[in-house]
Amino acid sequence: MNIEEKIKDALCSRASGWSRHSPKRVYFSVRKEDILETAKLLFKELGMRFSIASATDTPQGIEILYHFSFDKTGEIFSIRVLLEDKKSPKIDSIAPLFPAAEWIEREMWELLGIEFSGHPNLKHLLLVDDWPAGKYPLRHER
Amino acid sequence: MSHKVIIPIGPYHPLQEEPEFFRLYVDGEKVVDIDIVLGYVHRGIEELAEHKHFDQIPFLVERICGICSTSHPLAYVNAVEDLAKIKVPPRALYIRIIIAELERIHSHLLWLGLAGHFIGYNTVWMWAWKYREPVLDIFEMVTGNRNHYAMMKIGGVRRDIRDQDLPILKKTLDELAPAVDMFHGAVMDDPVIQARLKGVGVLTKQQAIDWCVVGPTARASGVNIDIRRDDPYAAYNELSWNVIVEKDGDVFAKTKVRILELYESINIIRQCLHKLPPGEIDADVKDIPAGEGIGRVEAPRGECFHYVKSDGTNRPVRHKIRAPSYMNVASNKVSVIGGTISDAALTLAAVDPCYCCTERVAVVKKSDNQKILNGWDLVRLSQKKTQDIKKHIFVNTDIRGLHTDGHG
Repeated sequence: MNIEEKIKDALCSRASGWSRHSPKRVYFSVRKEDILETAKLLFKELGMRFSIASATDTPQGIEILYHFSFDKTGEIFSIRVLLEDKKSPKIDSIAPLFPAAEWIEREMWELLGIEFSGHPNLKHLLLVDDWPAGKYPLRHER
Repeated sequence: MSHKVIIPIGPYHPLQEEPEFFRLYVDGEKVVDIDIVLGYVHRGIEELAEHKHFDQIPFLVERICGICSTSHPLAYVNAVEDLAKIKVPPRALYIRIIIAELERIHSHLLWLGLAGHFIGYNTVWMWAWKYREPVLDIFEMVTGNRNHYAMMKIGGVRRDIRDQDLPILKKTLDELAPAVDMFHGAVMDDPVIQARLKGVGVLTKQQAIDWCVVGPTARASGVNIDIRRDDPYAAYNELSWNVIVEKDGDVFAKTKVRILELYESINIIRQCLHKLPPGEIDADVKDIPAGEGIGRVEAPRGECFHYVKSDGTNRPVRHKIRAPSYMNVASNKVSVIGGTISDAALTLAAVDPCYCCTERVAVVKKSDNQKILNGWDLVRLSQKKTQDIKKHIFVNTDIRGLHTDGHG
């Protein structure tokens, strides 16, 4: 069973929208409630490395992609999560699973206004501490 | 803790390329905690990229870092070529590798010099930067610039390497190889440097995995990853070289990985010069369709990651950039804690961060007897430790004629 089949097997119907755009780039979607379990599966059980996460302000909501690198094959598995509530987007923090996610969640929090529940230290990373509340530089409507 | 003292390091230092601020919490000589404060050079490049068209962005991302100024454009064009499924002419791919590996050589030599300076081996500093100079001259000859080479473009490279430049490139590499030999001998076999760097700033393999560090920082801790081999871009799948992996995770292991990687880079460039195919250097790309793509590059400091999303217009709707230091610097949280203040500057520098180190250092005590140290004091502390080790080794073993330099 290859690594993609292992993920499909473990997540069953919770993962959808699979696409392999190019040979080593795999994207799939999960609901925001399933992010902790999915990240745990990829990082802890399948031994992937967390490369980074990227969040985008889209018309449908705030979209987060969690990019995990499987270095044995050079593939990147990008977990797509859509937060439809743009007014107060909220998702579980994956930083308690592994510390490498702490900084990027702080960054997404300050630049796009995503609340990460359970983050151990959610404060400004790149912006100054007295940055005005409610101003998010990477939001498209300002 | 009655003796807990806070030492701020940074944010500015003229030796380093980027400011960063470290707040060390120390108990006596021992570092018990560290705060890392970023953002001094946050220029909003990801946001700026959304307002540039696709062909302008290589120039923008090139200016993220002066040292790995080709890694970012290369990762970006890889991302766009992944998005638009562009086939790049083979000659352009080989030229990309030559530029990227020359960059690794000059970057590793730069770091080696700084590390030498931090431990009081100023001769190593001068040597390393002396041998870095011909590499920059090569860049000027091939690209027109010593830094910010502006070589990468979507679908190819902007300049060809002329036939008459090839012998000069080969000659420079031939002259560089003995210099690397000398570093290998003088640095790796020196008992003082071994005593100074071994066991300092250790990042264990498990810590390296948990913090997702990349590049030489990961490979020095026994994590066998290298994007050039694992997810080959350009023409790396047509070349052969070794991925250098050490297991100790200390500053010595990181030094060793970088020195040995110099040989591999020379080897890779020689193969490229030998195999350099004739033909076009540009695929002449017109439009970028809607979609998303990810490009990765093994920069001198590790995996450089770019994600680009397009809606079919001439500008990306999202461009996410993750430089390798973003993962590596965070791991200082574990490698610095437990060490001494005299090792802190060295350990922070050992991940080869784009960071700023020891300028504007102040020791802040909670009591009223405040003490302010200037920027050089941390370096001086680090150099003093080397001298102490040196004295100890020379007194105890009475080794004569050791190849150590004659700094004061």
